[in-house]
Amino acid sequence: MSRNGSILANLDWATIFMFISLALFGWLNIYGASYTFEQTSIFDFSNRAGKQFIWILSALAMGVVILLIDYKTYDVLAYILYGVILLVLLATPLLAHNVKGSYSWISLGPISLQPAEIAKCVTALAVAKYMGQYEYKMRDWRDLIIPGLIVLVPMFIIMVLQRETGSALVFSSFLLVFYRQGMTGLVLLAGLLAAVVFVVVIKFSWIPAIIIIILAFAALWLWNNRQVKRFSTWWIVAGLIVYSGYMLACNYAFQHILQPHQQVRIEVLLGIKDDPSGAGYNVNQAKIAIGSGQFFGKGYLQGTQTKLRFVPEQDTDFIFCTVGEEWGFMGSAAVVLLYLTFLIRLVYIAERQRDNFSQIYAYAVACIFFFHFTINIGMVLGLLPVIGIPLPFFSYGGSSLWGFTLLLFILLRLDAARVEKLH
Amino acid sequence: MINDQYYNRRFIISGIMILVACIFLVRLFQLQIIDQSTRNKAESNALLRQTIYPSRGLIYDRNGVLLVSNQPIYEVTVILREMRQNFDTTAFCQALNITHEDFQAQIKEISNVRKNRGFSPYTPQVFLSQLNKVDIAPLQEALYRFPGVQIRKRTLREYTYSSASHVLGSIGEVNQRDLDRDSYYQTGDYSGRDGIERVYEKELRGEKGVEILMRDSKGRIQGSYRNGELDEPAHAGTDLNISLDIELQLLAERLLRGKIGSVVAIEPETGEILALVSNPAWNPQLLVGKERSKNYVALQNDKTKPLLNRATQAMYSPGSTFKIVQSLVCLQQKGITPATMYPCSGPGSTPIKCTHHHGSPVSLEQAIEQSCNPYFWCAFRDLLQRKGYGENNETFRQQYQLWRDDVMSFGFGNKFSDSDIPDQSSGSIPSVRLYDKFYGPTGWKAITIRSLSIGQGEILVTPLQLANQAAIVANGGWYITPHINRNDSMKSRKHTTSITPKHFEVVRHGMHRVMTNGTGRWYNIDSLSMCGKTGTVQNPHGKDHAIFIGFAPMESPKIAVSVVVENAGFGATWAAPIASLMMEQYLTDTITRKPLYDKIANQILNPDVKKW
Repeated sequence: MSRNGSILANLDWATIFMFISLALFGWLNIYGASYTFEQTSIFDFSNRAGKQFIWILSALAMGVVILLIDYKTYDVLAYILYGVILLVLLATPLLAHNVKGSYSWISLGPISLQPAEIAKCVTALAVAKYMGQYEYKMRDWRDLIIPGLIVLVPMFIIMVLQRETGSALVFSSFLLVFYRQGMTGLVLLAGLLAAVVFVVVIKFSWIPAIIIIILAFAALWLWNNRQVKRFSTWWIVAGLIVYSGYMLACNYAFQHILQPHQQVRIEVLLGIKDDPSGAGYNVNQAKIAIGSGQFFGKGYLQGTQTKLRFVPEQDTDFIFCTVGEEWGFMGSAAVVLLYLTFLIRLVYIAERQRDNFSQIYAYAVACIFFFHFTINIGMVLGLLPVIGIPLPFFSYGGSSLWGFTLLLFILLRLDAARVEKLH
Repeated sequence: MINDQYYNRRFIISGIMILVACIFLVRLFQLQIIDQSTRNKAESNALLRQTIYPSRGLIYDRNGVLLVSNQPIYEVTVILREMRQNFDTTAFCQALNITHEDFQAQIKEISNVRKNRGFSPYTPQVFLSQLNKVDIAPLQEALYRFPGVQIRKRTLREYTYSSASHVLGSIGEVNQRDLDRDSYYQTGDYSGRDGIERVYEKELRGEKGVEILMRDSKGRIQGSYRNGELDEPAHAGTDLNISLDIELQLLAERLLRGKIGSVVAIEPETGEILALVSNPAWNPQLLVGKERSKNYVALQNDKTKPLLNRATQAMYSPGSTFKIVQSLVCLQQKGITPATMYPCSGPGSTPIKCTHHHGSPVSLEQAIEQSCNPYFWCAFRDLLQRKGYGENNETFRQQYQLWRDDVMSFGFGNKFSDSDIPDQSSGSIPSVRLYDKFYGPTGWKAITIRSLSIGQGEILVTPLQLANQAAIVANGGWYITPHINRNDSMKSRKHTTSITPKHFEVVRHGMHRVMTNGTGRWYNIDSLSMCGKTGTVQNPHGKDHAIFIGFAPMESPKIAVSVVVENAGFGATWAAPIASLMMEQYLTDTITRKPLYDKIANQILNPDVKKW
């Protein structure tokens, strides 16, 4: 009793409030997106909004269950769960049927689940457990090998065996977690440079790309010389050579490793190709839908672009279009700001943890949500290539909602125990 | 507390989150507030703006008889973007009874942005137009098989009578100039091309409405947008009551059968046109529908020029009918009085011969009755020379200018610019400058321009102006601009000639005597107290033109008429009986002189005149 009381007292209600707000607003928009001017009830369980309502209720129930479980369980079971999920991930392609080219869904009776959604959470627990050990210290890159592998193994399985590129890419959000735990920021900058070089090579040519690389490394060299030398000039030269090679490989990789639909998506995004009826259709229609919302939006259930099915995947990956069209700049800016508040709150929660396990896990949660938020809305707004991952709590789908709820409520449970842990 | 050395990195991570959110906000601002193009794209995507065409105003005659109404026709429109996927072209062509080549050619034609500036693959484009119920039936039945194809109902004109084609005019598809000038029109719309259809286009056309429909990404109509909140109903065009008396118009047309010429009848008191006929004419139904352009070209190629509205556009010398104006101007300028006598020197006289046999000398009234050429020559000469010629011919030229001003106050030499009658010619009363140019300022004298005294020579008038002249005499010095639309604003356009009303009395009596004793005596009906004046106009290109003007009854004139029959010979023989029958018909509603009517109506004077 007292323990349950302390959970309720120490629970971060602000986060729960934001979680419920996002889920309910998402639900309203799913109703809006699947509404076709033939009035059906929002609670009609044969339609998507009705189903999502059940998903939300069941997710809340799951959240309650998680809160009731002892917080130590997650620490204790982290590796075991990780081992189990790896087996499930490996088995999934054998059991799964093809859904739009990926083999990531398994059916359990009437419901389909995507084990990859659960894998994010379990991987976060495993990473937190390993890096949170008392003996663990990040001294140099060698200390990142094990955590890196913990992340890369499920990522590899999901990407290669399940062909679910979007979900796999989510695992790259662990880079930010590592960064917080001491990994050098140069890795993030190196990633950024790689992305910039890729875009420049594909869109323009190798000449501006090589100039960018040289400038970047010159800056690195100057920075390195101004303080105590962290690494010798030879490392810098080696890096320069690696990047030059990478640059030369970019075109080849683009044309031979990426699949054709991925190539076109990138070409459309970079404005190399203009194909509003083909590959660019989704993004173009999404932009039209959002833009037509203007400042105040067309009003709830008044959107024409989404209702009339001009925007594909409008209640899952492109749900933000409905927000943009019907609620206008006011509504969509409010959603963006609500997400930002939510994310900053998660960072705040992470920082108030008093043990490494909880803090690392908390950062993993924040970074996974951040990744989804960035990629999903960036895609809908035509800023990033089309990568099909859901907008947390918003997009239609039980599997992803359960995965996000699991992720969030384990964190809330750990956070609620922070006082207990002191004693 | 843990990893304290990296504590600051929480701010970097938060900063990245804030940065991403800010980028999104900027992007949203750009898409939703700055960039307006997306809104239009969204509309053309999802909203189909269907034009609702108003029904065009009907046209009635002065007695409320329906002259022009509307008949439905159909046109087939296509939205190219929606026709792409497995469109069954063969079945479509079969349904419309066209060949594959026709189909390809037509698609090419409508997608040619240079020819069809309103082209868009997202909006309905007219594929075939002017199909009747039978043409359209096979397609109507199978319409569901052809996505992107629609059938629109439009209306064309239907005419109760094969009559008054010049007055009524026609409607046709708008041309590029209309589209540029008036944004109301869209390619494929109809507008009045000529006649009063053109003059009263704005009133007749009404106001188009629009129905906004939603369609989904497959082009299927999903119902009306916002329950029709933004739809606008079409407003039907205003009906027009025109001043024509269709019975009178039909009579005139029958009388002109086989002749080239024109008849204009005016109600003097109001200036309303009662009949306006130009022959040859055509059945107005010819310029309706699919055959319009073919028929139009055929009419253009007819050497008798049926498209020319002779009643308002053809210019003739007025001949002896001008002696009425001559008398009035001379009286006004005190060149003569009613009692002034001039001797008639008979057929052999110079420089102007008399063509009739009568006593001598004659007074003004007698001169009008007998159409005595020497009388009017003498009166004209004495008027122009009465102050001598002056230095450099100056006095004479000034006198001529005064004469010309008075003549022009009858409406000659100018179009009726405040009238709604289309396609008028202005005619011409020669100016001082014109003669100066011909002869030099000192080179012309009264004798030089003697032809003017009897309405020959350089003077040119239209039949409409002649009818108006008759109306002026009937009214005693004023006229209301001749017009077709019977609305009140037209009735106020009153003009007064420079002739004092008292001078008209003697002229009216003279014109009455023409009908009782003079050149029109064969066609008089005493009880109607007709007034008239015949004219036989010399014509360098062939036989004389027959002209007649008149009005009746003399005491309170109800109708003024002008008749011109080209190359017919004496005005008394051909023009006078037509005018007389017109006046009888209008005043009594019957024709008592059936043999006369038959004789005139069946007389083919010009075998080239075709019945269109």
